Amino acid sequence: MSDNLVFRFDVQGNDFTSAGQASVQVKKNLRQLGLDADTIRRVSIAMYEGEINMVIHAGGGVAEVIVSEDYIEIILEDRGPGIKDIDQAMQAGYSTATETIRSLGFGAGMGLPNMKKNTDSMEITSTIDVGTRIVMRVML
Amino acid sequence: MNAEAFAKKTGFKTVCIPSPDKEVEGVYIGDLLSWVMGKAEQGNVWITIMSNINTVAVATLADTSCILLAEGVMPDENALEAAKTKGVNILSTPLSAYEAAMKISELLR
Repeated sequence: MSDNLVFRFDVQGNDFTSAGQASVQVKKNLRQLGLDADTIRRVSIAMYEGEINMVIHAGGGVAEVIVSEDYIEIILEDRGPGIKDIDQAMQAGYSTATETIRSLGFGAGMGLPNMKKNTDSMEITSTIDVGTRIVMRVML
Repeated sequence: MNAEAFAKKTGFKTVCIPSPDKEVEGVYIGDLLSWVMGKAEQGNVWITIMSNINTVAVATLADTSCILLAEGVMPDENALEAAKTKGVNILSTPLSAYEAAMKISELLR
């Protein structure tokens, strides 16, 4: 376990010019590790969606990517408002994003479904007014 | 066909082409970023009218071969700068997404 590589990023809330930077950096790092293109793509997409969610909804947060021998784990943690109804949030097309956010191309309601689709496991823990923690794994 | 040859053959305007060797395969059309993220395939030409910096991030992560801005749209300065540093090809055309896709379809057939 001590050989695990850990990348950690602070994600700024409401900053749409640098949104996605952590994911782009992770993609670069994974490429340097020589992982296969499909795995890199899945991790990058799942991470990007989670990162954008923290930017839009949670005022930012912390993203951690752990590369072990058997899997890549993405942990996203924020102190945002929490998710009221996770089942509803998981539905494709459901979004609480504002008009302004939508005009930037976000808010399609596909973020969480894309995260689930691109990972082998995904766990969401969320408490209203406390925050949300998401742990996703892509098996190698 | 690579991105550079694609730009030449279609006559679409080259806005920036920092990765000319990217292979072009198929097309995806869409403006909602997460939709594109979930559906676009590696190597696709992504036709959109969304031209901000987030478009560039999505193209990077989804491994599209180039962004094709339809309806004469041009990227803003931030987006262009990011595209150059991240190696994202951007083309532009006055055609609509539909007309552009038709043209590409003839070429890739």
